[in-house]
Amino acid sequence: MILTKEQRAILDGEKGETLAKVMKTLVMYGDAFEAEKLVPITSKYNHLVTSFGLKVMSPVYDLMQQLLDAGVCSEQKFSVDPRPLDKNVPANFLQNLVFNKFMYTKQDFYEDQLEKLGLMDKNAFSCTCYMDELGNVPQKGEVLSWAESSAVVYANSVLGARCNRNSGILDIMGSIVGYVPYFGLLTDEGRKATWVVKVQTTKKPEAQLLGSAIGMKVMEDVPYVVGLDKWIGTQLNDSAKAYLKDFGAATASNGAVGLYHIENLTPEAVELGKALIAEGANEYIIDDAELERVKNNYPVIWKNPDASPKLCFVGCPHLSLEQLKDWTVKIEESLKKNGKKKVTVNTVLTAAPAVLEAFNKTDYAQRLKAAGVITSYICPLMYMNNPLCKKMPVITSSNKLRTYTSARYYTDGEILNAITGGKN
Amino acid sequence: MKQFKGRVVTPGEVTAEAVVTTEGFNTLASLQMALQFGDKEVKCGDQSNKQLYGKPLLGKALCLPQTIGSTTGGLVLYCACSMKKNPACMLFANHIDSLAAAGAVLADVWVDGVTMPVIDSLGDEFLNYVKDGMKITVKPDGIVEVE
Repeated sequence: MILTKEQRAILDGEKGETLAKVMKTLVMYGDAFEAEKLVPITSKYNHLVTSFGLKVMSPVYDLMQQLLDAGVCSEQKFSVDPRPLDKNVPANFLQNLVFNKFMYTKQDFYEDQLEKLGLMDKNAFSCTCYMDELGNVPQKGEVLSWAESSAVVYANSVLGARCNRNSGILDIMGSIVGYVPYFGLLTDEGRKATWVVKVQTTKKPEAQLLGSAIGMKVMEDVPYVVGLDKWIGTQLNDSAKAYLKDFGAATASNGAVGLYHIENLTPEAVELGKALIAEGANEYIIDDAELERVKNNYPVIWKNPDASPKLCFVGCPHLSLEQLKDWTVKIEESLKKNGKKKVTVNTVLTAAPAVLEAFNKTDYAQRLKAAGVITSYICPLMYMNNPLCKKMPVITSSNKLRTYTSARYYTDGEILNAITGGKN
Repeated sequence: MKQFKGRVVTPGEVTAEAVVTTEGFNTLASLQMALQFGDKEVKCGDQSNKQLYGKPLLGKALCLPQTIGSTTGGLVLYCACSMKKNPACMLFANHIDSLAAAGAVLADVWVDGVTMPVIDSLGDEFLNYVKDGMKITVKPDGIVEVE
C-alpha cells in the first residue's frame, strides 16, 4: 500500500505507539484486499456497532481504554447501536438478574467510555442512525468508516454513500486516523452488480423475506434488483425507505450484502441503470414459490414448536416514525375486527430514542399504548441473547432477529394476526 | 493426502481436525452464546447453519467459504482469540471477507501470545474435498495439507 508522508509517519510511531498500532491495523486490513491507498473519511459523523457492555466482551473495553489512555480519540463524533436494556420491556426476575448481574455488568462503564470517545449525544443509540430525527445522514458519495451491517447497506444503497462492511473496532480506528483503505464498495468497480435478481411475484414481496432470499443466494456480492419498483414505486419516499431498510437488513444478516441496487429507485440505479451490471452477472429469479421455499426452510428451535408466543418484537432494525404510525393503525383495526381491546401477546415496537420522542408527540402514541403495546429503544437482539430467552417462545417479523436468536419469523400480516387474537 | 495452496492473511503453522461448512459462517450467531456462557468446547450456536450447529469449534481447523452476518463479526473473533476460545485456524475457499479479515488482523496486532493462521483463496476444490474430522496441516507459506 502506498502511504502519504503523514500516514507513514504515524505508522512509524512518530505520533506514539498506540496510534502506530491503529495505523498498522488499518494497513494490514487494507493489504488483505490489495488496497493501494488510504482515502480520507468525508462524512460528518461515524457510526459504531458496539453499544453493549457485555462482560464477555472485556477485551473490547480493554482495547478502547488503551485508546483513551493514549489520548488517540477521534475528532469525528459518532452514533452507536441500540442499548441492550430497557426496563419497559417485559422481563421476569431471573432474566433481570441475568441481564443486570451477569451479562451487562459493563454497560455503565462502556457508555462512559463512549462519551469520552465522542458519542454524538447521550441518546444517540440506534441501528437506524440515518433517520432524520437522529441526524446522522451521510450524503451521496461521502466516504464512511461505519459498522452495523444494516446501517452500512442502507447508507450505500439508499443514500449512495461509500462504505465497506467494516467490523466493530475497525469502525472507530478508521475514524481515529481519518482514513480508510480504498477497496471494495469504495470503488466504482466494487459497486457493480454481479447478480441480476428478477422479482416476479404476484404480490408485493415481504421485505424481510425477499432480503433473506437474496442474502442467502448472493452472499457478499452486489445484486441489481429488477421488478421491485412495480411494488414499491420509483420514489424514495418514507414508505419505500422503510421497506428498503428492512429488506437491506435481511440481505446483510442472512447473507453479507453491503450494497444493492433497485432498478428505477436507488440513486445509483437511477443514475446509471443497467450500466451497473457487471459482465457475466449471475441471474436469480424470485417468484412466490421461491419465497415460500425460503420461509419454509427456516428452522424452528423452540422447545415446543406448538407453544403459544409469549413475546413479540417488531423493529429490528428500529422502526421509522412512519412505521410506528402504520403499526398503530393496523393494530387498532385488527383488534377491532377480532373484538379485542388490547394485544393478546406482549408486544414491543422498537425505534431510536429520537424517533420515539417524535412519536410520543403525536396522538398515535396514546392510541398504541391503549392497545397495550410497549415502545422501546432496546436492541431486541441483545435482549434475546441468553439461554433464558431460548426457552421462551418469541415471535418477530425481523429476519435479522430470527437469524441470531431463537425468535421465530412470521410475516407482518401473520404477526398482526398473532398479537391481536386473529387466526393464522 | 492432498495439498492446496492459498494466500496467507495471518501467518502460522498448525495441525488440527477439520470442521467444515459450505455455507457462510455467521461469526456472531456461531460464537456469541458459547463465549458468553463459557461453553468450554465453543459449540456453534448458529441455528441456520445445519452443517455446524452444535459442533465444537475450539481448536478445530475451520474450513469455510467466507463469513457472513453482523459487523460485530470481527470483534467477536478478536474476543474469541483474546479469550483463547478461537478455532486453531481459519481456511477460506474464497477471498477473505472484510469482517473475518478485521478479526484476524485485530488478533494479530492487539493480542499477545495467540496465533490463529488464516489462509484464504484455497478454491472451491478445497471445500469440496475436505470433510469433518480430516487432519489438516497448515504451513507458513499458505500450503494446506488435508489427510
